[in-house]
Amino acid sequence: MEFLELLINALIAGILLGGFFAALSIGLSICFGLLDAVNIAHPTLIVGAAFCTFLLNDLLGIDPIVAGLILTPVFFLLGMGIYSLYYQFFERQSAEALRGLAFFFGLLFIAEVVMIMIFGVDHRLVNAPYIGESFTAIVTGMTFSIPYRLLAAFVIAGLMTLGISYYLNSSYFGRATSAVHQDMMALSLMGADPVMIKRIAFALGLATCGLAGALMIIVIPIEPAVGRFFIGNVFAIVVLGGLGSIPGTLVGALILGIAESLVSTFFGPSWAPAVSFGILLGVLAFKPTGLFGTGDTR
Amino acid sequence: MSRILKFRVSTMLLGVLFAAAFTLTTAFSPSAQAKPIKVGFSMALTGALAGGGKQALEAMKIWRDDINSKGGMIGRQVELVYYDDQTNPKNVPGIYAKLLDVDKVDFIVSGYGTNLIAPAMPVAIDRDVVFMGLFGMNNNKKWKYDKYFQILPAGPDPAVGFSYNWFEALKTFKPKTIALLSADAEFARNLKEGAVKNAKNMGLKIVYNENYPPKTADFTPIVRAVNAKKPDVFYIASYPNGSAGLVRALAEVGTKAKAVGGGMVGLQFSGLMAGLGPNLNGILNYDFYVPEPTMALYPGATELIAKYQNKVKTEGLKTDALGYYLVPWAYAYLDVLGQAVNAVGKIDHEAIAKYIHATEFTSVVGKIKFTPLGEWSETRTIVVQYQNIKNNDLQQFARPGTRKIMYPLDIKTGTPQTYNSLR
Repeated sequence: MEFLELLINALIAGILLGGFFAALSIGLSICFGLLDAVNIAHPTLIVGAAFCTFLLNDLLGIDPIVAGLILTPVFFLLGMGIYSLYYQFFERQSAEALRGLAFFFGLLFIAEVVMIMIFGVDHRLVNAPYIGESFTAIVTGMTFSIPYRLLAAFVIAGLMTLGISYYLNSSYFGRATSAVHQDMMALSLMGADPVMIKRIAFALGLATCGLAGALMIIVIPIEPAVGRFFIGNVFAIVVLGGLGSIPGTLVGALILGIAESLVSTFFGPSWAPAVSFGILLGVLAFKPTGLFGTGDTR
Repeated sequence: MSRILKFRVSTMLLGVLFAAAFTLTTAFSPSAQAKPIKVGFSMALTGALAGGGKQALEAMKIWRDDINSKGGMIGRQVELVYYDDQTNPKNVPGIYAKLLDVDKVDFIVSGYGTNLIAPAMPVAIDRDVVFMGLFGMNNNKKWKYDKYFQILPAGPDPAVGFSYNWFEALKTFKPKTIALLSADAEFARNLKEGAVKNAKNMGLKIVYNENYPPKTADFTPIVRAVNAKKPDVFYIASYPNGSAGLVRALAEVGTKAKAVGGGMVGLQFSGLMAGLGPNLNGILNYDFYVPEPTMALYPGATELIAKYQNKVKTEGLKTDALGYYLVPWAYAYLDVLGQAVNAVGKIDHEAIAKYIHATEFTSVVGKIKFTPLGEWSETRTIVVQYQNIKNNDLQQFARPGTRKIMYPLDIKTGTPQTYNSLR
């Protein structure tokens, strides 16, 4: 009975943690998976959104999730601007791969320095009624608890995944984004502007930073360099799920979250990263395109 | 004499006058008599430990200004030369090589923390220079370097001494079992190693003993795994991110352990204290200086902290607003160096090291005497319990009553209570 209680709680915690990972990764899935932009600064931009959430919460008392919603269009516009620069100086000159990576590295460092100058280096947290509290249920003598902050991350990540997937699959713009991913030349021959489509898609990816930042500061304390902690995780999740697949990103995040939680509970937390990345290597060995990848390598 | 010749002669005369004036000025200025003594170091100004590093740096600047206002070291002004190590040990050896070879500093002192001191040790030993450490845990255990001295007040065997008082404080609960968890980093692992020895000495049965990766985002599975082992007490050696994550996970999942905490770094930082607020109630943790009335045993510390807090406010510094955790110690490790250099009267690293070994110093953290390995001769780690925290107002932590001292007994301001009784 005790083992079963521990197992179910570990599964619940893993699913919720996976939701948090998914929220951090979905934007990157668009930028990296669909547009080939190796946006290594993505987690750092999420930290930027987390600091903005902190300000809105601290100064105006706005709920962190509402603050995340307010920040979403701001980060959409920021994404438009960043992609314009990236296109102008790198992609247009067919130098997107390695030099593009250098661009995003530079962006990462600049973003960190700006945050240090504005916010300092202290750790920041936000407060809301659902942080530090959990829903507890006793079922047949077993106690299950769900921390509200992680539940919020899971629900929002799920909604983001559904919304973005629906938009990309059923709208003209979504289909055009898939077409850009598959054959940019063919798209331009059909009269669409691939650069504009990529700019909007990149901005959409960055718009997710608004809510992801809110979730980040709900779940963990933030400081300007904390984004570096998640670079490995978010890229692993996008690759595991399959490049270009938004539902795949959610599934990849859930797999890593559950693996981390189960290993932490039953085998000790120090094994968790090794098992997570072992799963990634195992999947790639049998399915190099990731779980839901199309196999399109162009 | 033509007008051109007159102009040339007058220009030459002016030139001679300027040259003479410059020579006289420089010859009799203090800076010409003695160039500044340079003290070089790396410091965590960004990255995970920057919250501590920034406040340490401000305390070091206060020391520099204080000693310069008193005439400097051996009559020479003191200049600090420092670089950001980004809390990354890989950056440290290069920084110290540059400080010694390019900047030609006269002394090196360490950055903040064990993990950042360790990579600088080989450089200091190779150059055979005095090396003052800021909060190092057992950094000299394998080197046995005779010119290393550090300011963490954890006693001759710091890994054991650091948690010794915590175990003394929890005797009131008469525990029989213990769970131990540490961050997978050198400092935290050392702490846990010492805690294991103390637990065994106390006859406790260890029911859980694990490390967690520093990048862990959710600690609820770990807390549940610990709870499943039903420990009487739960010792945690964690870094700031992990400390905050564990405090929240404990609040959400709960625990039946009577005492929780021990070596949680970061709970002393203003940002985390204010952010975690009432979730901290019940945590029994280490500290070095808290605003309790019995801490008057550190002469000058109150004034120093007031000076620091005023500096942060007036200069609008983006660093820890209270500064209790590191300011006195960052000031003291330079103060010891300054006192030693002034006593020796010259820059002779051999003689300065011998002097530090032989002398009991008095500084803002009281009396300091070092062991042959450069550790404190006695432990002065205090154990505090977070109590009476009602909201997220930072100023409550500047007043007595929120971090009551449980141990040592001669300065105690409260009695340990079980974790759950304070929730």
